[in-house]
Amino acid sequence: MTLASLNLVAALPEIWLLCATSAILLIDLFIKDERRDITYALSMVTLLGAAFLTVNGFAWTPRVAFSGMFVADAMSDVLKLGMYGAVGLMLAYSRSYAADRGMYRGELFTLSLFALLGMMVMASSTNLLTLYVGLELLSLSLYALVALPRDSQPATEAAMKYFVLGALASGMLLYGMSMVYGATGSLDIHTIAAKVADGSANHTLMVFGLVFIVTGIGFKLGNVPFHMWVPDVYQGSPTAVTLLIGSAPKLAAFAFVMRLLVQGMPGLMADWQGMLIVLAVLSIGVGNLVAIAQTNLKRMLAYSTISHMGFLLLGVLAGTVQGYSAAMFYAIVYAITAVAGFGVVLLMSRQGFEAERLADLKGLAKRSPWFAWMMLFVMFSMAGIPVFVGFFAKLAVIQAIVEAQLVWLAVVAVLFSLIGAFYYLRVVKLMFMDEPSDESPIAVKLDMRILLSVNCLAMLVLGLMPNRLLVLCYQSVGHSLGVM
Amino acid sequence: MSEHLLSLAIWVPIVAGLFVLVTGGDQNAGWARKIALVGALLGFLVTIPLYTRFAPMHGGMQFEEMRPWIETFNINYHLGVDGLSMFFVILNAFTTLLVVIAGWEVIQNRVAQYMAAFLIMSGLINGAFAALDAMLFYVFFEAMLIPLYLIVGVWGGQNRVYAAIKLFLYTLMGSLLLLVAFIYLYFQTDRSFEIADFQRVALPLAVQGYLMVAFFFAFAVKVPMFPVHTWLPDAHVEAPTGGSMVLAAITLKLGAYGFLRFALPIAPDAAREWGWIIVVLSLIAIVYIGLVALVQTDMKKLVAYSSISHMGFVTLGFYMLVDGAPTTYGVEGALVQMISHGFVSAGMFFCIGVMYDRVHSRKIADYGGVANTMPKFAAFALLFAMANSGLPATSGFVGEFMVIIGAVKVNFWYAFLAATTLVFGASYTLWMYKRVIFGDVANENVAALKDVNAREFAVLAVLAVAVLGMGLYPQAFTEKMHASVDTLITHVKTSKLP
Repeated sequence: MTLASLNLVAALPEIWLLCATSAILLIDLFIKDERRDITYALSMVTLLGAAFLTVNGFAWTPRVAFSGMFVADAMSDVLKLGMYGAVGLMLAYSRSYAADRGMYRGELFTLSLFALLGMMVMASSTNLLTLYVGLELLSLSLYALVALPRDSQPATEAAMKYFVLGALASGMLLYGMSMVYGATGSLDIHTIAAKVADGSANHTLMVFGLVFIVTGIGFKLGNVPFHMWVPDVYQGSPTAVTLLIGSAPKLAAFAFVMRLLVQGMPGLMADWQGMLIVLAVLSIGVGNLVAIAQTNLKRMLAYSTISHMGFLLLGVLAGTVQGYSAAMFYAIVYAITAVAGFGVVLLMSRQGFEAERLADLKGLAKRSPWFAWMMLFVMFSMAGIPVFVGFFAKLAVIQAIVEAQLVWLAVVAVLFSLIGAFYYLRVVKLMFMDEPSDESPIAVKLDMRILLSVNCLAMLVLGLMPNRLLVLCYQSVGHSLGVM
Repeated sequence: MSEHLLSLAIWVPIVAGLFVLVTGGDQNAGWARKIALVGALLGFLVTIPLYTRFAPMHGGMQFEEMRPWIETFNINYHLGVDGLSMFFVILNAFTTLLVVIAGWEVIQNRVAQYMAAFLIMSGLINGAFAALDAMLFYVFFEAMLIPLYLIVGVWGGQNRVYAAIKLFLYTLMGSLLLLVAFIYLYFQTDRSFEIADFQRVALPLAVQGYLMVAFFFAFAVKVPMFPVHTWLPDAHVEAPTGGSMVLAAITLKLGAYGFLRFALPIAPDAAREWGWIIVVLSLIAIVYIGLVALVQTDMKKLVAYSSISHMGFVTLGFYMLVDGAPTTYGVEGALVQMISHGFVSAGMFFCIGVMYDRVHSRKIADYGGVANTMPKFAAFALLFAMANSGLPATSGFVGEFMVIIGAVKVNFWYAFLAATTLVFGASYTLWMYKRVIFGDVANENVAALKDVNAREFAVLAVLAVAVLGMGLYPQAFTEKMHASVDTLITHVKTSKLP
């Protein structure tokens, strides 16, 4: 292996992140608890540095590294920028939350950054093994993050559930990958695609493997019927970790689906399209229906995530560049919205009080009108009401599936999102139309107010001017798939 | 200026609404009211040139504005009005001004948000009427629900939350199917969201049928037509007075406008094939809902049902086809009826609001002999009641009469059933009027009533002038819509089958 075939420059953001995180891990050992802000600042610098390297190295043409096991292309670069943003916002929002709960320690930062590294590897892998390694790095960091409050029974339970089911899913995935390897004799997704295309791979064996791979993907995305862990983990985890699980990994999961199915097995599209239709319809249906019955805000958002992931799959299964870019747009928009939504929950929590029941939102418009308006933005964006950006995400996806001649699927999706609108409206109702049970306004520092305002206004501004992001998604997917 | 009139009509109220919102809590309520009044007045003034500069002989779009918005989907910020939509932009701005005045002292809780919600909604509704790009229309059509939901849910009566959610979900159900229909048409027209392209594209009958179903759900819910009308009485009863006024005067018209702009011209062959269903539903609305109105004990509910019955005339006028196209009388009558109903229902709801503010009851049984204590009010209420029952020389007469004339040409029994409204309408309205206004003073609440103050007098007087003016000189309206109606009828006549 020569240095040229290594082409380390393409992986510079990952290398920087790995080195910087390892350094933070060491430095943090020498920092006293009351000076933890140094770790916080270092983490932010790390993220900024990674963002700089990604932007600086950005090019439309894919850059291959590690002898074809790793690729930095436009799609992965854009997704990585989204991940930095989500992780950065998560660390910022959770500062006082974590400090109040004894979680403001080095582990929170290093584990989050390692999770980020895992996601980045997932986004950039072109080899089944690197994909798997990225996924495991992400998952293991998240399991540990969920269990961060050691003495909390719900958190431990959530971590246990997450770990057991996650391990099962990883096993499924690995088994599927081994089938694919058996059929094609390669772990490289381009080789696999070529073998499927020229018919030298055993079709039955490939489809057999594909079933397990889709199962694994379903687990990781939280699609019905593999969604059982999602509500429990969302509810049991400390809200800061829920925010992380609910936002950036969805971007990575999208890239994961793209690499495995779209780039790796385009020849089997007829097979995986059918499977994804089942997953998508069930997710949108069950997610929206069950969310209505929830009384816990985090649990409700968990079911809402399930339905949103169904929508994301709709874009992928359309099987066109428009569809993929619609799904990518959906993932990015969802990440922005989820960060804002959990951000509100996070900032509303105080010492010894988790603002996670729906009833805690009662009369919020009287207590803290600003919070209520921000949450209203989030809810209407999630419900897909214009002019918020969530509408354009749904529009792009539905447009893609109508173009793929799946009008019935579009009708099913919009009818279930009508049901979904109900529980988002109920949140608005609680905030604006009910009397508060507790009159005290919520104290939040000015910098967090500004940050959350920017986050929420982004949903409105992107809704008024969605074109740039849409074009960016379209072009980056097109260039990454080599059709532009 | 002239080329940006529609943008001004949309954005002046919205920007004013944002300014009102900035005034913050109720300690600055005075400022909120003043800014809202100025904003609403400005918003109304910018719409007046739409009427005065409107070229009546021109059947196409006027005051057009075109700017790309979302190039990826070929969505344009394309505005324009013709004789079908121009009046509703003005009517909407006019109603918003009245609503701001009507809520002046009545609303004491979260004043800034109340005023801002109405102003922003006004701008969004103007956008829906003026949009010539289907997706732009959809965005305005849908976004309008957010302020409406808050208005009913925050400032409404006892059961406001139920009413607000019902209203939102009902209308959302319709409009989501509309979204799928628009996207389908987008691919049929080779990636264009222009309404004009939708109207041109040839479509097989079955497809037109599906589209008509989607349009029906979207717009029939808004109108509302029987049997998807049940949200309206709830919403009206629970909404604050201003909310009821805007609902009845404007948002219902948006549904009817949708039939005229989308359903009829995009699916004309489907209208020929299945239009009779809409006619039957309209006649049921006119007769059956008229009878339902008769037995109401709640004044607001009664007027709400009367609105449904009156809107039945509108959809009847659109879908009574002669030689495969609606009649000039039918469409113009329906349009006049829409405008007139905007004035009359706003007046009726305001009258009920005036009484409710004093007695805090909407029950007919709680009143009686109001004329003794509120003579000026009683006079105005009489005018609106007469207009609601379709008395000649009021605006209510013109539209109903034209639609009935149109119906006679189509089918005697249509005309006969439609004409029963003159009996039912008069019965429920005047009977309610008699029980509330005439007779001896019923109780000490009524005895303690004070007559209308200057603010209320102003609102009532303006509406009264509009009702009478339109009744005496309807040409002021019909002459401006004539060319556009002709264009529409010619368009609908030609088959769009491939």
